[in-house]
Amino acid sequence: MTQQMDLNQRFEEYIALDQKIEAKDWMPDAYRKTLIRQISQHAHSEIIGMQPEGNWITRAPSLKRKSILLAKVQDEAGHGLYLYSAAETLGISRDEMLDALHTGKAKYSSIFNYPTLTWADMGSIGWLVDGAAIMNQVPLCKCSYGPYARAMVRVCKEESFHQRQGFQIMLNLSQGTSEQKDMAQDALNRWWWPSLMMFGPSDASSKHSKQSMRWKIKRFSNDELRQRFVDMTVPQAELIGLTIPDSDLKWNEETGHYEFGPIDWSEFEQVVAGNGPCNRERIETRVAAHENGAWVRDAAAAYAEKVADRESRQTSAA
Amino acid sequence: MAGREYEWILRFGDDALVLAQRLSEWCSHGPAIEEDIALSNIALDLLGQARALLTLAGRREGQGRDEDALAYFRTDREYSNALLVELPNGHFGDTIVKQMLFDQFAVLRYEALANQCVDEELAAIASKALKEVRYHAAHSTQWVVRLGDGTKESHLRVQESLNTLWPYTAELFEDDAVSKACADAEVMPLNASFKEPWSTQLQNILNEAKLLNPESTEFHTGGRTGRHTEHLKSMLAEMQVLPRTYPLAEW
Ligand SMILES: [Fe+2]
Ligand SMILES: [Fe+2]
Ligand SMILES: [Fe+2]
Repeated sequence: MTQQMDLNQRFEEYIALDQKIEAKDWMPDAYRKTLIRQISQHAHSEIIGMQPEGNWITRAPSLKRKSILLAKVQDEAGHGLYLYSAAETLGISRDEMLDALHTGKAKYSSIFNYPTLTWADMGSIGWLVDGAAIMNQVPLCKCSYGPYARAMVRVCKEESFHQRQGFQIMLNLSQGTSEQKDMAQDALNRWWWPSLMMFGPSDASSKHSKQSMRWKIKRFSNDELRQRFVDMTVPQAELIGLTIPDSDLKWNEETGHYEFGPIDWSEFEQVVAGNGPCNRERIETRVAAHENGAWVRDAAAAYAEKVADRESRQTSAA
Repeated sequence: MAGREYEWILRFGDDALVLAQRLSEWCSHGPAIEEDIALSNIALDLLGQARALLTLAGRREGQGRDEDALAYFRTDREYSNALLVELPNGHFGDTIVKQMLFDQFAVLRYEALANQCVDEELAAIASKALKEVRYHAAHSTQWVVRLGDGTKESHLRVQESLNTLWPYTAELFEDDAVSKACADAEVMPLNASFKEPWSTQLQNILNEAKLLNPESTEFHTGGRTGRHTEHLKSMLAEMQVLPRTYPLAEW
């Protein structure tokens, strides 16, 4: 008991000194669980997030756009891989995590439960969704858990590319034909509020925030990050002549921030609860990919075993 | 002469583009995340090759068509890819066998173009592409071996894939006025010259994968002159939808 207290105290001191916790270091169970939950959710988001955009690769309107989009979605798969590996350092396997995703036990970012209806959605996702992800993730590069922090450094570099590419699509559309402008505005209308919800519930009602801040997993509150995102994005929308779909939006000279209207948290809760427009399809697609691939993974494992077998027989014969 | 040059470069470009489009359909449906990434990588390489080749074809044609004009504003009857690459993906084994059959051919074709072609621009595209398709061939060949010599189920499945795809392989080695003109211009030897090295290589792969050489002698052809399977039209309808719906738009 006292030993446990010592360990805990040392851990807390270590964190207070801004030192990194590594996989082999002692850590409280709750810290480990929080990280597993957060990192695996993040990994799942990257993997499920491939779908809404993957959906448009075959329909990209130019070969250049097709190759940029394909490379982007491929990056997201890579992010999923780094993050699953980071979570594995905490003692959970990728199979266990995937199983939790497939059975609906694990969550992923709700933003990916919205449908991608037009090409402008590729612009909006890059600009807003990757943009919001960067806001959330840049602070994670300094998170107290070393493997997570290091994975996030790589991820954030690529996310900022994605954000610029998305903005570029929106810029092109906004300078295009009237149909293209409409497409861009319509996409902004649909993605704006869900993007604000990506920062999670307001600080007053956030379940996990306080402890995570103390452990330096989280460094800024949901509301702080959301405000930063709004402050960054509103001028960008103005620059390309698009209107943020919020009649309450106004600049506050005194605070130096934009004020924005109330978020419809009931919609957020519905989507989190599994009742968003695409929750079912996203999981079904993921499960189908996994199940259809089972014979392939089995074959690869069986072959690897045969090869290992042959090799060991050769060495023992030699 | 310029007309013919456009035609043969276009064939190379169409093979790459149509296969890239097919492979990109795998994105987020692969059997493992690593494989999703690998297939996207290969699709990206092929797309890059297609863009370079279509751009060059357009320049040689001299009618002001760029890569997108050629990709988005030709009908299936104007596409000149081999039938093999337009076939639907099927399951992972179907895709990987198709890929292996084509990759082994592409290596030979790009080797010839990179080393012998008098057209310097085409040779430069080919030598870059050669490095890529060698990697593709290694990837697809490894998988064919794994699946062929994996489990009983995987073995049966890929043997079936091979049997189904086999009738589409002969077309790769056919020659016609365009490929003869291409050979006369010292761009590339006749397609028929690739048949023997390809068959030898294939036999080695099949031996290692414990697969049997299909016996079928029934072969399909027509892709090079725009007579395609039913699948190409719907593939292109999807691919071309935006530029054709909004012909005045730039993206
Ligand atoms: Fe990502
Ligand atoms: Fe992310
Ligand atoms: Fe991203």
